[in-house]
Amino acid sequence: MKKFNKFLSVAVASAMVMAMAGCGNTDNGSAATGTNAATESAAASDSAASGSVFKIGGIGPTTGGAAVYGLAVQHGAEIAVEEINAAGGINGYQVEFKFQDDEADAEKSVNAYNALKDWGAQIIDGSTTSGACIAVTDKTKEDNMFQITPSGSAVECVQYDNNFRVCFSDPNQGLASAQYIGENGLAEKIAVIYDSSDVYSSGIYEKFAKEAENQPFEIVAAEAFTADNKTDFSVQLQKAKDAGADMVFLPIYYQESALILTQAAAMGYAPKWFSCDGMDGILGGVDNFDVSLTEGVMLLTPFAADATDDLTQSFVTKYKEKYGETPNQFAADSYDAIYVIKAAIEKSGVTPDMSVSDICDGMKAAMTEITVDGLTGNGMTWTADGEANKAPKAVVIENGAYKAM
Amino acid sequence: MSFISYLINGISLGSVYALIALGYTMVYGIAKMLNFAHGDVIMVGAFITYTMCSTMGLSPVIGVLAAVVACTLLGMAIEKVAYKPLRKAASPLAVLITAIGVSYLLQNVALLIFGANAKAFTSVVSVPALKLADGQINITGETIVTILSCLVIMAGLMLFINKTKAGQAMLAVSEDKGAAQLMGINVDGTIALTFAIGSGLAAVAGVLLCSAYPSLTPYTGSMPGIKAFVAAVFGGIGSIPGALVGGILLGIIEIFGKAYISSQMADAIVFAVLIVVLLVKPAGLFGKNIQEKV
Repeated sequence: MKKFNKFLSVAVASAMVMAMAGCGNTDNGSAATGTNAATESAAASDSAASGSVFKIGGIGPTTGGAAVYGLAVQHGAEIAVEEINAAGGINGYQVEFKFQDDEADAEKSVNAYNALKDWGAQIIDGSTTSGACIAVTDKTKEDNMFQITPSGSAVECVQYDNNFRVCFSDPNQGLASAQYIGENGLAEKIAVIYDSSDVYSSGIYEKFAKEAENQPFEIVAAEAFTADNKTDFSVQLQKAKDAGADMVFLPIYYQESALILTQAAAMGYAPKWFSCDGMDGILGGVDNFDVSLTEGVMLLTPFAADATDDLTQSFVTKYKEKYGETPNQFAADSYDAIYVIKAAIEKSGVTPDMSVSDICDGMKAAMTEITVDGLTGNGMTWTADGEANKAPKAVVIENGAYKAM
Repeated sequence: MSFISYLINGISLGSVYALIALGYTMVYGIAKMLNFAHGDVIMVGAFITYTMCSTMGLSPVIGVLAAVVACTLLGMAIEKVAYKPLRKAASPLAVLITAIGVSYLLQNVALLIFGANAKAFTSVVSVPALKLADGQINITGETIVTILSCLVIMAGLMLFINKTKAGQAMLAVSEDKGAAQLMGINVDGTIALTFAIGSGLAAVAGVLLCSAYPSLTPYTGSMPGIKAFVAAVFGGIGSIPGALVGGILLGIIEIFGKAYISSQMADAIVFAVLIVVLLVKPAGLFGKNIQEKV
């Protein structure tokens, strides 16, 4: 009996370890973070001595389940940096860009930030995912380093005065979605399926639910799932169906959306679908996915790769040439982030030989004065609290491609 | 009507858990170790079928057979390389940690080969959906095949263990390794056979899991693996009928918890039930309490 208990306790303990580590994997980022404070300051003075390039650090998951986003952010930024350098740099200074993997994990994101600091980063383009980004904001605040996140949409991603973002915040997406559905009379009874363990998804949902009170539709079912339980959606769909929802709102990422669309089709449930920018990627992000299931799905996204303007066309062409895939919104956000950094540097006139903190102060002040025409919006401006002002765009999927609504 | 849908979905999910739990329970019963890499063998099986069927366009039958063969070999290789040398180690923790290591190894190798993009698994099941009560209840072909396969495999396994020599050898090794060896049973061979069967079943479970929930990533196996481990403990680890009952109950509790209590609390409810069961019956539903003489 005693022996059995021992086995069992070992088993339960390790089950917990496995559960906690369940979606993790090996760490590329922390290899470089073993350096101590002494080498850190040495590295910092090193880069200050070199002083002729701007060093921009990027952070995001390039491995793990969210790798699609991190890689997009990395690639989008790399293209922007290449263009800028080829055109003579920012105010004549070349730009160096280095990207660190954080596996979408808060702790590893801080490690990645530390590694970038050791490298001599002066400006941060990241982190890619909200949870990781929030953790890094505390560190950049301490160091007073300028940080712009391409895609961290949680409210707290821009909680300090040195944090800015390119994408919409979660509440803004929830608000815009509710208003769009209401104003266009798209549905009367709406069911929501959201990820309660994810700040992105629950952030959108909460604001959506609040705004729904002012809109001519009714939320008839609000069903949650969590990161540990996101393969079986039969119950959530059944409840939405039973409640008579004619539209299902999915403020979630496309991987789960793909499963939901497949399972809904299998059970013969065909409501209208509405989603946010997390749905961006559904057309190419899931290999072998039957794209015909997405026919008629509507989503709010600031970037559509098939847009015909010159900027989008040239970006998409370069991206495809270099990385062999169609860029998604995250790549576009990150591309814009680098150009926003460029605009803020040019406006403020900061130079690479200044301290990180002085660069940050200069850029911070410049942010509210710049206007950037980017891939994800024309005439984007920023408020001092870090939010971008731009108009949301709704697209509908027709014949396997986005079409403006 | 929804109730029946939920029940059927629960049994279907539970059948997958049961198939995976078999691997845990057999290995625990015979080698007295927890093979935490088991969940990832499922993922490997699913990826092999995916590659065969979706990428190379072969028939599902060949895809599934290839997955079973490959996973059987993989299971034996893992046992031989990673676990066997540690079987005599002083602490049972050594082999447990190795198992966790193997689990990460498999995940990362899969990540390297297949990338992080989720793959939509093409169902290998071509049975049409069953519509009952004027279409109010819709039982998918995957559900039917999953439940049937689980029952057939379970029955086959019980027959194998009770009626064949190799099966009897397994029972003997699980009762007393030393004595079994003295009776001329090849203990190492029997343990290898256990891993082979468990891993072959994992391949089947992987294919069924991904047919029902068609999303395949290198991490697909880890959560079902943990749930199945819970199912094995729930049913009484070491007991084969326990794995079946534990798995199916777990699936039903999970779906009912989601449907009638709270969709976001589903896992908490499952684990709460586990705790209650272990408090009342510390060895699980079908487990044996073996008194050890000091």
